[in-house]
Amino acid sequence: MNIIVPIKMVPDLVEELSIDPGGAALDTAWMRLILNEFDDHAIEQAILLKERLGGQVTVIAPDAPDVDDALFTAAAKGADRLVKLTGETESLNSHAIAHAIVPIIKTEIPDLILTGVQAHDDLDGQVGPLLAESLSMPYVGYVSGVKIENKMATVIKEYPGGLLAEFMVELPAVLGIQASDEPPRYVAFTKVRQAMQTASIEELDIGELYLSGGVTVSRMFQPIVGERAEMIEGQAEEIAIRLVEIMQEHGVL
Amino acid sequence: MSENILVITEHLQGHVLDITYIMLAGARQLAEQTGSKVIAVLLGYKAQSLTKNFNADKIHSYDRPSLENFSPDAYLRVIEAEINEEQPRAVIFGHTTIGMDVASGLSARLNLPLVSQVQHFNGSNFVSQICGGKIMAEGALPAPTALVTMVPGGYKLEDGQGPTPFVLEKQAPSLEGMRVRLSHYIEPDVSDVDITKESVLVAVGRGLQSEGDLELVERLASGLNGEVSASRPLVDKGWLPTSRLVGKSGVAVKPKLYLALGISGAPEHVEALTGSDLIIAINTDPDAPIFNIAQYGVVMDMYEMIEALSNTLEGQAHVA
Repeated sequence: MNIIVPIKMVPDLVEELSIDPGGAALDTAWMRLILNEFDDHAIEQAILLKERLGGQVTVIAPDAPDVDDALFTAAAKGADRLVKLTGETESLNSHAIAHAIVPIIKTEIPDLILTGVQAHDDLDGQVGPLLAESLSMPYVGYVSGVKIENKMATVIKEYPGGLLAEFMVELPAVLGIQASDEPPRYVAFTKVRQAMQTASIEELDIGELYLSGGVTVSRMFQPIVGERAEMIEGQAEEIAIRLVEIMQEHGVL
Repeated sequence: MSENILVITEHLQGHVLDITYIMLAGARQLAEQTGSKVIAVLLGYKAQSLTKNFNADKIHSYDRPSLENFSPDAYLRVIEAEINEEQPRAVIFGHTTIGMDVASGLSARLNLPLVSQVQHFNGSNFVSQICGGKIMAEGALPAPTALVTMVPGGYKLEDGQGPTPFVLEKQAPSLEGMRVRLSHYIEPDVSDVDITKESVLVAVGRGLQSEGDLELVERLASGLNGEVSASRPLVDKGWLPTSRLVGKSGVAVKPKLYLALGISGAPEHVEALTGSDLIIAINTDPDAPIFNIAQYGVVMDMYEMIEALSNTLEGQAHVA
């Protein structure tokens, strides 16, 4: 199995996000980036398939702060090849990422491309289905289980209400991963440090920025809230007593 | 070229999904801007009865056995033909497990711009909800034809409902050589408790540090005569079964009390709990979007609050 895993870094939502002075983009000055969690699941799914079937896993990411850590962590988990897209990567949207990755994929001739089903900052669609179409491959997203047999992938797709569906997909294919068969493994930092010494990151310049298909934002803002929660303050014990009162007032207890 | 708005309606196993009505409501607002028409596109088999309360000017129905169930490949081909024929102003898909499988692919195939996570329209601008509900991004809807994927939260279901519109039968293109095929559905496990029927849910999210800590949450739930439910991260970790998942790929709930512990309130989660009578949220992040839909909020470590609440409840039970 030759598997390619496109990943990207996204703003960490645990941190406070702010808008830059231009008013139409996020302020990146203090922004902390983390690996898109669905991409983490895509890496795990790729490693699981490699462990079962043999083969090679290539992880590709646009350059961003802390992306090297994410790539070396993938190597520590079992990824064989690490590729970083360099150049004007700060404003890359999904269309531009897909456009930049297509040539690499064409030389690799993969059996499978696994990527996170979405990222929370996607504004112009998802990389997975964009890639699939550019490569004339089939795509299925919201996948939470993958088996490979005889040039076919058997995948579990999620629907609302806990309903699942099993689909047969001809390979090569692109799958948008919602969750890997097993939760992403933990790797100790010593193993990541080891990977930093043994693995290397290939850098690939993306050349001119691809502008087609993107979306222009004229204004970004924090959501305007109609009625925000009434905040209860004080010591934990006082708050607990107040909350129990509220529950009683609402006939819950 | 037309100014019409296409809505790619969504249904599953004979039921219209709520997002369909939300998309129709959004499309109606957009169409009123330009005096154009809303066309609901239905792909299915013997599915016309589903359209009886669509707020649309007409229905374009592609009805054949091979469209009975959703398949990304088949939908791509049919909707591609529909867009080429209609040349609409906008095509609205759900930002869902169905719509997201085809919208981006069509954007690449037809070289049309795509705006995702659109929550509502402001005049002829889109307003998208990104970064887990923490940021809104507004801009002009790209011309001449924009593809859109839509999230819930901006429109009421009722506004997407209306009297049965005229149905036009359309001929689907050839659906030979599909590379994706449905084998079968796997129905949800019904052996566990049905959290859609519980009147008190104690919901935990990413704030839970370890699987062992679930005991603390269960203790609180039992003090409230409720059950434990979860947001996505904990189900992905395997700490709780999918039957406990509230959200987009889980279930929608409507308890008397939804106590959200360490849940940030990502849109995928929030859309499934708006039917709750009372929502109380505990989170260390004062900016967590969950506080935008909760009636009461506490900025505090969930562990501290779980302990205080459990003690208070047990103390009261003791007195009683």
